[in-house]
Amino acid sequence: MKKLLLGDEAIALGALHAGLSGVYAYPGTPSTEITEYIQKNAPDVRSRWCTNEKTAMEAALGMSYAGKRALVCMKHVGMNVCADAFVNAAITGVNGGLVVLAADDPSMHSSQNEQDSRFYGKFALVPVLEPSDQQQAYDLAREAFDYSERLGLPVLLRVVTRLAHSRAAVETGTQNPQNAFSPSSGKGWVLLPGIARRQYAALIAKQEQIAADSGRRASVEWSGAPDALGVLACGIGYNYVKEALANSGLQANVLRINQYPLPEAAVRELAERSGALLVVEDGQPVAETDVRALLGAGYPVTGRLSGALPRTGELTPDCVAAALGAPAAKGHAPAVNLAGRPPQLCPGCGHRDVYKALNEVAAEFPGARIFGDIGCYTLGALPPFQTLSSCVDMGASITMAKGAADAGLFPAIAVIGDSTFTHSGMTGLLDAVNDHANITVIISDNLTTAMTGGQDSAGTSRFEAICLGIGVEPEHLHVVVPLPANMPEITRILREEIAYPGVSVIIPRRECMQTLKRHKK
Amino acid sequence: MKTDIILCGVGGQGILTIATVIGAAATAAGIQLKQAEVHGMSQRGGDVQSNLRLSTEAIWSDLIPQGGADLIISMEPMEALRYLPWLRQGGHVITASTPLVNIPDYPDHTAVRDELLALGNVELLDIESLAQQNGIPRSANIILLGAAARHLDILGADALREAIGTIFSAKGDAVVEANRKAFELGYKQPTI
Ligand SMILES: Cc1ncc(C[n+]2csc(CCOP(=O)(O)OP(=O)(O)O)c2C)c(N)n1
Repeated sequence: MKKLLLGDEAIALGALHAGLSGVYAYPGTPSTEITEYIQKNAPDVRSRWCTNEKTAMEAALGMSYAGKRALVCMKHVGMNVCADAFVNAAITGVNGGLVVLAADDPSMHSSQNEQDSRFYGKFALVPVLEPSDQQQAYDLAREAFDYSERLGLPVLLRVVTRLAHSRAAVETGTQNPQNAFSPSSGKGWVLLPGIARRQYAALIAKQEQIAADSGRRASVEWSGAPDALGVLACGIGYNYVKEALANSGLQANVLRINQYPLPEAAVRELAERSGALLVVEDGQPVAETDVRALLGAGYPVTGRLSGALPRTGELTPDCVAAALGAPAAKGHAPAVNLAGRPPQLCPGCGHRDVYKALNEVAAEFPGARIFGDIGCYTLGALPPFQTLSSCVDMGASITMAKGAADAGLFPAIAVIGDSTFTHSGMTGLLDAVNDHANITVIISDNLTTAMTGGQDSAGTSRFEAICLGIGVEPEHLHVVVPLPANMPEITRILREEIAYPGVSVIIPRRECMQTLKRHKK
Repeated sequence: MKTDIILCGVGGQGILTIATVIGAAATAAGIQLKQAEVHGMSQRGGDVQSNLRLSTEAIWSDLIPQGGADLIISMEPMEALRYLPWLRQGGHVITASTPLVNIPDYPDHTAVRDELLALGNVELLDIESLAQQNGIPRSANIILLGAAARHLDILGADALREAIGTIFSAKGDAVVEANRKAFELGYKQPTI
């Protein structure tokens, strides 16, 4: 049966049909819809949101240990958070199939960088699968579980925003039963040095098998023209290549890549039968670097490193067509009467009142810096508020404020959302309490994970208890309701707590306007 | 036969609903479809767009090449201008005429209108007033779809009428009726 599915939904359905027992994930654009699809459509599969990507990865590894199939989903930067567990899961190996889905965001549509998750596959020495289209997203997600069990390793499935958030018809298969419960009895899970060395050697020994599998997955289309350009078309890049060739009538030898490490023999053959190679890959020049190393300096290779394709940003049909030598289509000139329209906080959003209060009080302290974090409230860095001096990674507001305070900055203020606080802020707050750091922490609690669409937030209704448990003094913990009418109270508390030479936590709490609208329906 | 459409507007205006109706019509008619959407940060009041590709042949790229779009359907006049480099020579623009001003540097409204009209092949529709006057305030986007339907020969108006029934049926008969009415209003609007 054919179904119209987002790339993300195709992955979810592929995993479900493979006999998935649990998905473990923290929301993050462009990966969120995978877990949401499973939550909506598969009540018998464990799917509640996790606190962060590391807890997700470890729980999934535990489910795999018990013999069941588990999926971990995250946006690319989530890989940084769970990297310790991920890299070491390649050393322990898996029991039930374990698939790790990383959704990369070239062009940074909703992210702070465009790191390429394929590097993590290389780093951990596990195979990386990368679909070209929605059909392959379904097929590879499904197959990845068998493959993981066959190799005894986690498999990394990589997609990019454009595939994650694009819809097409997908032919789906039948539902496999879930694996039987069968916990591992192996000793390889205890990564003491003696065991870890053996496990690592076993991982290295599997590399030859993985390389052979990459070769089987690659497919080539020969143009027939002598000395035609050879194109290494990776993942979604394949579609742009085919589009440009179809529109322009140009010819090329096209090697389609859907698994890494690169199939070396296939790349060599493509090079031998072509005059030069163009590497088309979305993200960073991962394959291009490998191809250059493989073919040596004498062979002409172009791509993002050579400048044939832009070094940054997502691929487009236009930049790929240009790199292939196709003439540009004649559209209209860009409009004159046009202004940028950046995203902004919703009318009535509580974060707005928080920034109004902070701006009023901070203006009284010329040295004040307000360290921000990641969520809807990051928009407080833009006009009209321009309150924030930083936004780096989940949780960094509290720890950066602490470090700056250690260096003498006053007042050092942190603004963090409720979901971000439980994701990665709590541990930093413990450091601050233990060091008696002179910081003021604002946990702007809108009772949800708003930026990614309003998922449940792990700590809802327990923030006071968490802060007290960490050791924040009760007289320096305040809850306020961020409304214009409460401005005098909020600014008074801010002034008092800035004056207190230790850790203070203020929790402005009011429901997100978006979830409020939904709840009213 | 192919029709490439850029659907655009401001986060929250309901362009994805238009896309969903077109998608359902295409699927029912056995027309190939790819639909790239914007999720995430921009949905917070920023510019949003969806690339919708319909074809009787295989579709490769999820994105429409520059100069390739047959149609721009826009819920906001300045947003229609944003995607001109994607519009092919001779392509059509169907857009709501009322500016949504949520930025300090929104250009002069008459200049926006004039730049649009200078393109030729442009239909500006006051969909919000039409929706209000006809007692269907929540269906402005489907009025726009009705007007665009005149340029969607690949699907035909009847396929879209069917799809409106399917997509809104879960929300009850009144919602289906409001949207049917909206579609016909747009479909029969005289062009300006
Ligand atoms: C490591 C990592 N994981 C996930 C994300 C995606 N992400 C960005 S903001 C956000 C939610 C923040 O929620 P909250 O702190 O409650 O703030 P709100 O958006 O509700 O204001 C998420 C999940 C990210 N940027 N980095």
